[in-house]
Amino acid sequence: MLSKSSARWFFLGGTAISFAIFLGLTWTTLAKEVPKNTHPENLSEQVIRGKTLWEENNCMGCHTIMGEGAYYAPELTKVIERRGEDYVRAALISKVPWAPRGRKMVAYAFSEEEANDIIAFLKWIGETDLNGFPPEPAYDAKPNN
Amino acid sequence: MKYKSQKVAYWFFALSMLLLCLQIVYGFIMGFAHMGFDGLHEITPFNTARAVHTNLLVVWLLSGFMGAAYYIIPEEAQNELVSVKLAYIQLITLALVGVVAIVGYHFNYWEGRKFLEIPRPLDWLVVINVLTFLGIILVTLFKGKQRTTTSLVLTMGLVFAALLYLPGMIWFDNQTLDSFFRWWVVHLWVEGVWELIMGGILAFLLIKITGVDREVIEKWLYVIVGLTFISGILGTGHHYYYIGAGKMWLIIGGIFSALEPLAFLAMALFAVGMYRKGEKKHPNKIALNWTLGTAIVSFVGAGLLGLAHTLPQVNMYTHGTLVTAMHGHLAFWGAYAMIVLAIISYTMPNLTGRKLYDSTAGQLAFWLSNIGMLGMTVAFGVAGVAQVYMERVMGVEFGVVQDEIAIHFGTLIICATMFTTGIGFYIYEFIKYGRPSDEALTSQ
Repeated sequence: MLSKSSARWFFLGGTAISFAIFLGLTWTTLAKEVPKNTHPENLSEQVIRGKTLWEENNCMGCHTIMGEGAYYAPELTKVIERRGEDYVRAALISKVPWAPRGRKMVAYAFSEEEANDIIAFLKWIGETDLNGFPPEPAYDAKPNN
Repeated sequence: MKYKSQKVAYWFFALSMLLLCLQIVYGFIMGFAHMGFDGLHEITPFNTARAVHTNLLVVWLLSGFMGAAYYIIPEEAQNELVSVKLAYIQLITLALVGVVAIVGYHFNYWEGRKFLEIPRPLDWLVVINVLTFLGIILVTLFKGKQRTTTSLVLTMGLVFAALLYLPGMIWFDNQTLDSFFRWWVVHLWVEGVWELIMGGILAFLLIKITGVDREVIEKWLYVIVGLTFISGILGTGHHYYYIGAGKMWLIIGGIFSALEPLAFLAMALFAVGMYRKGEKKHPNKIALNWTLGTAIVSFVGAGLLGLAHTLPQVNMYTHGTLVTAMHGHLAFWGAYAMIVLAIISYTMPNLTGRKLYDSTAGQLAFWLSNIGMLGMTVAFGVAGVAQVYMERVMGVEFGVVQDEIAIHFGTLIICATMFTTGIGFYIYEFIKYGRPSDEALTSQ
């Protein structure tokens, strides 16, 4: 029968080994995968300003990006590809709540420059290799809005 | 209650109850907004309600864990807390930081990173606060007459939780890295070190309630926390599938996160097994309900519902949809909310001296909140699965899908009302117990 001290070793040993492997994989991710998949060379001042605006206004509190965030508003990873820059810019600079189908977005009334920063950030996100996310739909229902 | 200083736990529990009520209010705001009733949009837009809802959850659970530690550590170490005054200061500052953060969220003052919205300057106050808490606990433990496995596991969980908060405070220009290290905090908290805290509290409750020998309970505690870390640390990989961190995480995350339910299964078998084995039948029926309840519901909510969408083949479609909200609600409720409610139910008669162990209100609180939360989980699940098929498989536009599934938020609100009624009964009982009293001290 398992003794308390072997149970303790199972816990300590298991934790140490798992954490060591995790650190090793983290190193590989940072050294090899992130540079390959995310094009850090394209992280311009503008993209970084866009990311800052994205965070300062908690866009993730309604939208998702890379599938992360809240589920109240659309996923934005490929939004520039899907909707085009002009549509996104219009939503960002609008002085009244942007409300397609009645669901309201906060009226941020961003300046043209700020809107372009956020668009640059979203474009950069759209170009990262996300292992195929978001998935291509198997059918093509016509947009209806 | 054996030590006077344990009374400080009561005030942490009271703060927890207050914040839980507020959390529920903001939940309703979001539920109604999903149905199109967004009259509060100007004052509390969805992103504010969302940040407040999730942050209040974290703070009330942490306050509950801290209260639990302030109750458990003196009893396990056989020593008064080293400074009660410092513990009260820590409580007040915790509440203040929480209030400032929540008010700030209404004025666009935050750092929009899911679950870690507290702005950077306030992060430092959180760090100081948690260090004070840990200082009190560690010194008490160090000066105590004995160091039990239960108290060590609990303390280890609390120390690791504090350490893991730090990677979330580093700024990254690259969203992938930002997300990568954000999960070091969020995942390694809830699917790692918080399970140590849960395990520690659960072991304490089982020792007290079932009367099974401490050596037996603590042996299995090691096995459970071992399973937690072996599966949970590499299981972090299930958050790295689709953020640009590479393909290897699809395999590593898939395999190890699929093993995560084992820790919860072990926890459920452990709790039920010890209950059946125990000869002592503690009169506190309500605490027993919550103790067995947390072990079982956490297995269903965190274990099974997590498993349901953790494999990359499934997660590709469910990632970033209401399916996550389904899993999130029952997981947090079962694993963490219920363990806090369990320790509160166990300690209240001991702290106040009101030895009322079973009551209709207490039973109603347990059953209504649990059935309500199960109903909410089903509502989220139905909405989420429908969303996945329409949006991700059929390619229907987001807004159209949201209109189609709005009806399920009606069901959600009805179930949430039932849940809230249960919590109402729980808080009614909490208030009826009154304040902690020195008269409740028992001989050592």
